[in-house]
This record gives sequence, structure tokens and C-alpha cells, in this order.
Amino acid sequence: MDKLKQVFGGDTRQFGMIFALVALILFFQWWTGGLTLKADNVINIFQGNAYILVLAIGMVLVIIAGHIDLSVGSVAAAVGISVAMAIRDWSLPWPVAILFGLGVGALIGAWQGFWVAYVGIPAFIVTLAGMLIFRGLNQYIGKSNTVPVPEGFQKIGAGYLPEVGPNTDYNNLTLLLGFAIVAAIIFGTFRTRRNQAKIGATVEPMLVTLLRLGLISAAILAAMALMASGRPGTSMPLSGIILAVLVIIYGFISTRTVVGRHIYAVGGNRHAAELSGVKTKKIDFLVMMNMSMLAALAGMMFVARSTSSGPFDGVGWELDAIAAVFIGGAAVSGGVGTVVGSMIGGLVMAVLNNGLQLKGIGADMTQIIKGLVLLTAVAFDVFQKSQGRPSLIGRLMRNKPQDVAAPAQTDLGREAPVDQVVRTES
Amino acid sequence: MADPDVILEMRDISKSFPGVKALQHVNFTVKRGEVHAICGENGAGKSTLMKVLSGVWPHGTYEGDIYYNGDLCTFKDIRASEHAGIVIIHQELALIPELSIAENMFIGNENAKSGVIDWVATNNKARELLARVGLREDPETPIKNIGVGKQQLVEIAKALNKDVQLLILDEPTAALNEEDSRHLLDLIRGLRSKGITCVIISHKLNEIEAIANSITIIRDGQTVETLDVDAGGVNEDRIIKGMVGRSLESRFPDHTPKIGEKFFEISGWTVQHPQVPDRLVCKNSSFFVRQGEIVGFAGLMGAGRTELMRSIFGHSYGNFVSGSMVLDGKPVKLDSVSKAIEAGIGYVTEDRKVLGLNLLDSVKTTTVSAELTKIASRLGVVDRHAEFVAAEDYRKQLRTKTPSVEYGVSKLSGGNQQKVVLAKWLFTDPELLILDEPTRGIDVGAKYEIYGIIQRLAESGKGVIVVSSELPELLGLSDRIYTICEGAITGCLDKREANQESLMRLMTTTTAKSA
Ligand SMILES: Nc1ncnc2c1ncn2[C@@H]1O[C@H](COP(=O)(O)OP(=O)(O)OP(=O)(O)O)[C@@H](O)[C@H]1O
Ligand SMILES: [Mg+2]
Repeated sequence: MDKLKQVFGGDTRQFGMIFALVALILFFQWWTGGLTLKADNVINIFQGNAYILVLAIGMVLVIIAGHIDLSVGSVAAAVGISVAMAIRDWSLPWPVAILFGLGVGALIGAWQGFWVAYVGIPAFIVTLAGMLIFRGLNQYIGKSNTVPVPEGFQKIGAGYLPEVGPNTDYNNLTLLLGFAIVAAIIFGTFRTRRNQAKIGATVEPMLVTLLRLGLISAAILAAMALMASGRPGTSMPLSGIILAVLVIIYGFISTRTVVGRHIYAVGGNRHAAELSGVKTKKIDFLVMMNMSMLAALAGMMFVARSTSSGPFDGVGWELDAIAAVFIGGAAVSGGVGTVVGSMIGGLVMAVLNNGLQLKGIGADMTQIIKGLVLLTAVAFDVFQKSQGRPSLIGRLMRNKPQDVAAPAQTDLGREAPVDQVVRTES
Repeated sequence: MADPDVILEMRDISKSFPGVKALQHVNFTVKRGEVHAICGENGAGKSTLMKVLSGVWPHGTYEGDIYYNGDLCTFKDIRASEHAGIVIIHQELALIPELSIAENMFIGNENAKSGVIDWVATNNKARELLARVGLREDPETPIKNIGVGKQQLVEIAKALNKDVQLLILDEPTAALNEEDSRHLLDLIRGLRSKGITCVIISHKLNEIEAIANSITIIRDGQTVETLDVDAGGVNEDRIIKGMVGRSLESRFPDHTPKIGEKFFEISGWTVQHPQVPDRLVCKNSSFFVRQGEIVGFAGLMGAGRTELMRSIFGHSYGNFVSGSMVLDGKPVKLDSVSKAIEAGIGYVTEDRKVLGLNLLDSVKTTTVSAELTKIASRLGVVDRHAEFVAAEDYRKQLRTKTPSVEYGVSKLSGGNQQKVVLAKWLFTDPELLILDEPTRGIDVGAKYEIYGIIQRLAESGKGVIVVSSELPELLGLSDRIYTICEGAITGCLDKREANQESLMRLMTTTTAKSA
């Protein structure tokens, strides 16, 4: 069991998440009589959720920094309509329109970041306002109409890798991509091991590494082969590739760069970060702004997939993105969370949605089930944290003797003054 | 088998955390009505032993037996031990700043009828308990408005409300000045005369010597010995010998000051309180530091030492009003922490958990956190190799007790956390390092090491400012000592002319004298 845990990244949390995802997939595979892992369906899951996962990338950074963003769905909608209108009315070529959309997202993000970082209004309030403002803006600009987008633009949401090379019954580029990814992962893992050995850090047992590499490679190759074997013309969706690139970039930024460290520092203990020279306001501004830019991208991907922008695009997205992040192991009080974890969390929700849909379960039951899953996942997390950091509620209650009794509260529960607890929550 | 003179017997207690054997077969016996001290180095397992006793670590998470009043105890939480009359006051206080004294005293134990709190009864009861600990404060005062010394008394009053028989105090005087400490010790003596047994953990050995009837010494998770103070022959040196396994020749390492040119100076430094603009927390303060010099700052609790230092450190406290700063002969305006760090100033905060550490971080990430750019490429990518090497380096230099540098700082003992904070600032390689209560909660051996580090820093030509409430520490370490009273610098004494009396006098004069 311990070895098994090590294979999945050591901490129980991640192990539990991956385990849950695999179990869920297998369960639906069985329940839907093999429909879940059919090529078309897998492609569909990626394409239909890529934009939520893009949002989750931004959201996890916001939540790590101790904030929240409720406006992402509205921002996505506002950007979607702006881009659609810009293409139609100003005849912007679509690549320029994408840049234009990102620019609008940056502008909106700067607006929200300004209020959060420099005026000091809790992000909950700022983005609640933003949710109304940008929803209204979408309907005002589009006069509540649906505006179509041209075919070239649709590629970012509905396109696939093209068919090239000899006919192998598979999509060659997708296969090649799969091999390339696996090669890169193997190369990276061994380089890390070598570096660890060089500096005398603890290196995990070779067996564990090999086992993990084997499992990851098999999973990636299987997924790629599956998508490559889809109907001619369909294959790895471009939106999936956009997502993968973002995951790599943001995964790197969050774990390996100074900015990433500062985001965790701000969420973990704002006062200590400030006194270590972290420009906390700048970090707040950056995460909020980045979130809106990713929301803009998600909005455009969605519009591209549905071929037009409408007044109700993006309703409720914030909840899906936030749920993904928390299922993925982030803490309400900030300082904890990973990009990869959020992706797994998002995929759990996506597979769940998809499976229930395949079985023809109604939207009512689907919502109930999703709600329960979110609650269970976080409850599991809180339970786990009796080994680590107390939950927000645990902290607020920390003076009650029965709570002090939980080991987690003994030393940790006292670290933050109450005003800080309140601030990080908002 | 129960001996009526023995209130508590802990037998063969072992407790492990992942990677750490915190306690190994510890035996600990406390006689009824005595004050029993526990001494040991940082990370020896003192707090852990008390957490086992008080049910913080419930029955089943440790091995061994606890006999209390002759009965085998299996506490499942703090409630259960409190019910039996054992109350622990933790190393870090657990009061809610925004609530009043009375609310804090009765939290979780409210004086209520069917859920409605009876405030009159609550406040009356609070007043009565406060009188018992000799604290004259209105129970409705918010806890954040009274000093740490008084907060400590509130904690004890809270314990008295719970019909305490065995009171455990984990480093109660670490954050207190001498007067408050003395008051607290008197109170403990009073409790003893009323039949309450006390277990006290402290690194202030003079206090232990003054108050304890017996002393149990723990080293590396094992009981070394129990000394009977009443029988005589126990002094500080004897305790130290038990703690570190050898005797310590002197409390301060040898050091020959090599004092150079004046390189840092502030003048007319005036700062307002952040919330109350007409209150000045620094009044027209001026001082300077020379290269290679260790400058002490003495003052009573609340005199404004921390406020002054934080305001110098990138205006990180209060509203800056006026004043000038000269660094290396050039006037500078350092109005943000990052500018201050860049200019070569470091500040080790007084309160490590609230201001010094991100408890989610590991030893490694904390060590490099104040100067990430030093180990990052120009594009801001952190070099993990360099990070590990730096963290290892400081772990060895400071002899931080941790299983590895990947270990979470939240799991280290208090004193070792302090060393990590120190490492974080040494890593920035500052020209001027400000240390605010650098040895709070640190054991004698580690203090000696930290003094050595401070002295070496000075010997390499850097300037060091030490703020401390322990006058012997300031006197032993500093080349020059400034005194502060009510936000104003009231004097400056050279090493030769400074002593406890002269410092105390200046610390309590309100009219500023020129240095
Ligand atoms: N919750 C925990 N998780 C893991 N290790 C812990 C935990 N609490 C304590 N330890 C470890 O147990 C050992 C003993 O710690 P303890 O806090 O009892 O020391 P201490 O004697 O009170 O030291 P100090 O004088 O510094 O307060 C240390 O090595 C510490 O790292
Ligand atoms: Mg301790």
C-alpha cells in the first residue's frame, strides 16, 4: 500500500484523487456497457470540458492566493460576444480577434485586480459585482442576440489535429503527439532523479519510479490511441492541446518560478509574505488579472465550439471551476492547491457529468449527485487534514476545547490572528 | 499501590511522528502540591510529553500509561483531561483578539441558560477570577488591548475556572518581560500554596531555579534525570549540564569587536500609529549603527521597539511621518519591504508564527523565501538544486533539528522554527540585520550558537541590531545599547557603562536625553 501511494505522488490526497478518477471511469465503463471509453465519447469529454478546465487553471491560482472569482462565467460571455461582434462588424480576421479577446480579458482583469489588490475590497464582493456587470455587458453589447462566428475561429473549440502521412487507420499526428509526450515525461523524470542524486536529496526507489512511469505512459498512450482511432476527421481536439499547453505552462509557473512561490506565500501567510519582501498587492493583481484572461480564452473556446455567442453563455461556470479546484485538493483558507490536482478534480466532474448523461439521468439528479460528490471529496480532505492543516472552520472554532483536542489544531490553529482568517476567507 | 503524595505518574511513554521519535520510554512523576519543571533542549520532547498528558494526543496515539491520582487515564481529548482537573496552557496563547477578556475566559464553557448567555453572571465571575490572579482589568476589555503578560494571566484565570488541580504551563514567560515574569511566578507560588500542582516548561533557567521544587530533564526524547531542588545543590549550571550533557563554560562565545565606520543612520524618525493617527509610536528617533557593531535596544513591553524596527524595515508598520535614513553615506528612502531587502536590510520578526513563517512551507522553501531571486534565473525560474544546497547549508550551520530540509516547518519544535526564521534572513546576506527577540523560546545551548552567529556576522563587518527583553542578553552581546521609552529614544549607553540598573532607569524615563 505504501509503495502504491508513492507511485501516485506520495501524498494520500493525490492518490485518492487519481484513484477516484480511475474508479469512476471504470464504473461508468461498466454501467454504460462500454460507451464511456469509446473514442467519440472520450473526444467529446475533452472538447466539452476544456473550457472549464482552462478556468480551473486560473481559479486554482486565485484560490491558492486566498481569493475567489465568481465572475468568470460572465467575463467569458462578455468576451465571447465582443469577439463575435468584432469579427462580424469590424471584419477582424479571426486570429486578430483572438488577440483582441485576450486584450479585453486583460482589461477586465485589470479592473477587478485593481479593486481587489489596491482598494482592498474582498474578491468575493468584487467578482460578485463583476458577475452582474459583465453578464449585463454581454447582453447589452449583443442586444441579447446570438452572434455566429466564422469557421476558422471555430477551430479553437471544435477543431482536431489534421490527417497527414500514410493511412494507418489512426490519426498519425495524435499518435506522434502521444509518443512525444511520453518521451518527454520519461526524460524529465530521469533528469530529476539524476539531479536529486547529485545534490544528495532523497531519491525515491527505482521500482516506484518505473512503476509510475509505466502507468502514466500506458494511460497517455491508451488515451491518445483511443482518440486517434476515432471517426476519420476527428482525433485529438485542438482545445485539448490548448489545455495541455496551458497545464504545462501554469504547472511550471506555479511550482518552479518566483512568481509561483509568491502566490503560495501570499495565500499561506500574507503577513509573513509581506515581511519577506513579497509584493502582495502585485500578486493579488496578477492572479485576478490572469484569471480574467483565462476566462476570456475559455469564453472564446466555448463560442468557437458552439459556433456562436449567446446571452446565456457561461452561466454557472464559476461553480464548476471552483468545484474542480476544491475536489482537486485546494484549501478554502488559501496556500494549498495544485494545477494538476485541479485538472483531476475537473475531470472527475466531467466524467461524472458525461456518464450520467450517457445513462440518460436527468439534470435534476445530475446536480444532486455532483453536489454530493463535491461535499464528499472535501469532507475526505478535511478528514485527511487531521494530519496537517486545519480547515477554515477548524480555525474559527479553535478555541473550543473539543477542537483543540484534534491534533491538527494544537500548534497550527494558533498561527493566524482572527482578522487574517476573515480576510483569507473572503 | 497508589501513593497519595504522587498526583501524576507517566510510565514508559513513547510517541512517534513520521520520521521522528519524539519520546522514548519517558518516565515522569509529579508529587502533589509541588512545582515541577521540565527542562531540555529545543525539540527534546517537552511540549509533546505535555500534549500526551493533556489529551491533545489522545489515548492510543502514544504508548505507555498515565496514572493520575492513582487511576489509569485514557483521555480521548482535552475535554476529558480538563474534566479530571488537568489544564494546559500552550506555548502559543490561544486567545481570540477581537473578543473581550470575559468572552475569552468562558469560550466553550459559556455561562448560559438554554443557549442564552447571562452576561451579568459571566462578567461577575470573570471579575472574581481576575482578582484571584491579581489582574485589575475590566472583563469587557478586548483581549487585543492588553499586553501579553496580562493575556497570560487571563489564560490562568481561565484555567482556575475549570477547577484545575494540575496546571501545565508551556513556556509561560517566554514572551514576558522581567516584571511580568516575576508577577507570574509569584502567582504560581500562590497557586502552590493553595494546593494546585504545577508543571512548568521554560528555557529561562534562573526562573526554574527560583520556583521549582523538582526538575525533570529530557534529552532527545528520553528522561535524563529528575533533580530535587528542595534538597539543595541544584543551580543553573547543574541544569545545563543535564540538558546538554556537558557544562557550558560561559553563556556568550568569545568575541573581539572590530568596529568600523558609521554606515547606517536614521534621524528624526517619526511614525504614527496605523489606526490612531494622533498617536505617535516613534517620536523623533535618531540612532546609528557602525560596521561590525552589535547595537542593542532595550525597552519595556510596548515601548515601541518593534514598531521602530518595522517602520525602518520598509515602512512595514504605521504611517511614516518624517525622518531621514542614510545608508553607506547616501540618503535612501526605503518605503517597501522589497526595497529594504534589496538595500541589504533584514528583519527577524518577533512573532514567528504570525509574521515570520508560512506554516505550510517546508524548511527548504522557508530558508530561501526572502531572497528567491538569489537562486532563480533571470527569467524567474527557481533553481531547485541551489535551493536544496542553501537550505542544507543553513541547517548544518545552525544545527536545526529536523529530519530533512523537506520537512514542514509546522512540525518543528518552537526553538527550531526560530532557527529556520533566522536562516531565512541570514540567507539574504544582509548588511544590517535587525533581530527582534531572536532567542525567545530558545534553549541555552542554541542561544550560545545564535550568539555566535550574530557575532560572526558582526566580525565580517556587518551591522546587527538586537532588540531583546532580556537585559543580561543585551548586556552580554551588545557593543552599545539604546533605550526606548514610550516611543522615544531615551539614552545610549556604551558597553562599559551599561548595567541592569542604568538601563532600567533609562527605560522608564519619559523625557528624552541626548545620547
Ligand atoms: N505535530 C508534529 N508532527 C511531526 N513532528 C512533531 C510534531 N510535534 C512535534 N514534533 C517533533 O517532535 C520533537 C519534539 O517536539 P516538542 O515540540 O515536544 O519539543 P520541545 O521540547 O517542546 O521543544 P521547544 O523547546 O523548542 O519547544 C521535535 O523533533 C518535533 O519536530
Ligand atoms: Mg515546546
